[in-house]
Amino acid sequence: MKSYNIHITGVGGQGIGLLSQAVLRGIDHAGINVIAVDTHGLAQRGGVVVSMIRCGEKIHSPMIMKHSADLVLGLEIHEALRGLEVALKTGGTLVYLDVSWQPLPVRLGLNTEITAREIQTACEIADATEIKVNTRFLEDSRMQNMALLGSLAKQRLIPGVTKEHYDMALEDLLTGEMLKKNRAIFEGYAS
Amino acid sequence: MKKLGELLMGSDPFEEILMGNEAVVRAMIETGTKVVASYPGSPTPEIATAILSIPEDRRPFYFEFSVNEKVATEVAFGAALNGNLSCVFFKSVGLNVALDTFVQLSLMNIIGGMVVVLGDDPGANSSQNEQDNRNVYKMARVTVFEPASPREAYEYYKYAAALAKKEKTVVVLRMTTHVCHARQKVTFDTYEERMPYKTDFNRENGPYIPLTTMALDMKRQSIQKMHRAGHFIKDVGLNTALISNNSRGKGIITSGLTYLSVLDGLEQALYTPDILKLGAINPIEKDILLSFLTAHDQILILEELDDILEIQIKALAYDAGLSIKLMGKTQDEDYVGEYTPDKVAGIFARIWPDMMTQAPKAAVLPMEVPTRPAQMCPGCGHRSAFFAIKKALGEEDVTVADIGCHTLGYLPPYDMGEILMCMGASPGMASGLSLYNDKKRVVAFLGDSTFFHAGLPGLINTLFNHHNITLIIMENGTTAMTGHQDHAGSEIPIEGFLKGLGIESIRSCDTYSQSKLTDLVKTSLNINGISVVIARHPCMLKFTRHQRKKSGFVQQHITIDSGTCSKIHDCVERFGCPTFIRNPDESVGINLDLCIGDGSCTPSCPEQAIGFEKGAK
Repeated sequence: MKSYNIHITGVGGQGIGLLSQAVLRGIDHAGINVIAVDTHGLAQRGGVVVSMIRCGEKIHSPMIMKHSADLVLGLEIHEALRGLEVALKTGGTLVYLDVSWQPLPVRLGLNTEITAREIQTACEIADATEIKVNTRFLEDSRMQNMALLGSLAKQRLIPGVTKEHYDMALEDLLTGEMLKKNRAIFEGYAS
Repeated sequence: MKKLGELLMGSDPFEEILMGNEAVVRAMIETGTKVVASYPGSPTPEIATAILSIPEDRRPFYFEFSVNEKVATEVAFGAALNGNLSCVFFKSVGLNVALDTFVQLSLMNIIGGMVVVLGDDPGANSSQNEQDNRNVYKMARVTVFEPASPREAYEYYKYAAALAKKEKTVVVLRMTTHVCHARQKVTFDTYEERMPYKTDFNRENGPYIPLTTMALDMKRQSIQKMHRAGHFIKDVGLNTALISNNSRGKGIITSGLTYLSVLDGLEQALYTPDILKLGAINPIEKDILLSFLTAHDQILILEELDDILEIQIKALAYDAGLSIKLMGKTQDEDYVGEYTPDKVAGIFARIWPDMMTQAPKAAVLPMEVPTRPAQMCPGCGHRSAFFAIKKALGEEDVTVADIGCHTLGYLPPYDMGEILMCMGASPGMASGLSLYNDKKRVVAFLGDSTFFHAGLPGLINTLFNHHNITLIIMENGTTAMTGHQDHAGSEIPIEGFLKGLGIESIRSCDTYSQSKLTDLVKTSLNINGISVVIARHPCMLKFTRHQRKKSGFVQQHITIDSGTCSKIHDCVERFGCPTFIRNPDESVGINLDLCIGDGSCTPSCPEQAIGFEKGAK
């Protein structure tokens, strides 16, 4: 398999760490060479969090070059747009959750909130495939990350990685009640 | 997958995807490291997390969070004088704190050997600067290995430990942020058996008193050790050349993560220069460098931050009388930021334009993506503190920040803390600002972990030189910014400590009692000399996580009574909890994903429109 780059982004506190590790381990379970890196200096403090995953052949640094991501996963709508702008390659795919955690300038009334319509426009301009994942009926917002993982599995977006591989990854990372709850949401979105 | 702690303690070889910071811990275990000390700081705190994942009774070495990096270095050094292999790890700017001790290490006969794991932060991802600590290694006369990946971090730690033990010296493992945080499958060796703790200190192993002529003899010894380190580096083969069949006489010399950026940059190149990757960056291996230089017409030296290798390699070429074209940093931006694959590709395009293909272009979007600065968490006691303290201050008054979560108070809407230097600098800076200054009152903020780390000398200076400042200690009971590590305050209450110093004006309250805090600060500002206010509230991120683990926990939220609210927006614009949402119709909503129902926001509404959900208290 040629190289395949995944840029995962969201806001600190959204569970990007678990999502990123599940994708990373899922790819590994599929027997594909993979590396990753998280940027989380001030992550816990509501800043932007990015995790980069690279797999396949001819990959070296875990850091993806600009506009070279095959796939951008956005856990939050503003960050999805930022990810599309800085990371996604022409013709790539954006999967994002319809969740908004308003950034400070929006709350201060200095910028307007980004909406799904604007994401649609941006995807048209960038010639990107857009997949919006609805999580409004999820009771526990801290498991929204599983909705993204499930959608990823359902659409088989990462070549060679199937639902079973992600499931094995979840088993690596979680136990007991947490595994049960997360897996239930993952399954719901994956099938 | 086994739990991290179990995995790290396994006796059989295994492979696992681990972070660079975690892989290093397995190397500590395999090499028989016996004493490890640290002060928390990004990019290295996950080393401690991995260590703490091993239950204390199974951990094959002693570990402590010391009060600061200097003390951590001293603890590790002392333990190594007893014959134990020891390790100290901390972040880039931590070396500034440790430096007084660090520069002495190479003079000493460290019989157990010592490894310093240093996390530099090119790009200043989580530091107040991106200082290049390689500048210090010549002065300190220490050997430095630089891994490019988690795999190499594990391997190089083992080489560092081997050399440190062999030469009874100190070796630095230089990590950088995205080597610390990279994840990769690493193959680990066997872990055989525990080494016993030793108490073999004997002054005959010294001298350990570097005074008068001794200091010079000890320096001569350290120079000899560096020569022998050079042989070790050569024997082990830490520096390696990657020869292409299509180099067109061009070569690249690089190290660390930049090496991987070079490989990525060359993936789209029309030809491929040879690469010399330096795994050991101090001392440089002259033989391999000279043979690489003489085999090429043009050499590009690619190193992140300062021109450390470049200067040495150019000197080497000059001494050897080589007339090769040697290129390093040519413009200011070459000294700034991380050498990401993008940055390196940009340098290639500038230096060897015939080599590079076009970089992909950005789509031009018609809308602006709002910035997202980091901020204090929902319920954070610092927010309540800043909101209350601001009311006590006049327009002219000066506020001095320090390092910690409360540094984020400089952002709008609080604008609190106008100067920031480094750990524990606020009392001293505030004292200087207060001299001959009758018009502006000076307030210094200081976190509780920082209080013990480096705040004490400044505080005591303020006291005995009778400076006129108000010191506000932002006490949240933990080292929050780096992931909730414990600090000395858990055993030594700050208030009692301050009383013991003889400070007369000490006031304290919980920051959620906002009007009380405003009054305390107002009173303190009018006191001549040092006055202290302890603004106390536990870290709510830590507290909430703990609460959520309890069975039967139900998350409470606050609500806004839309009938009472007249859209004054004090909650969203001045109190500024990220929980508040500004709706398109200018009404205010609550982000239920974020709200922890702490109610610290309720005093911010002059109309009392903020209340608790039904059934909550």
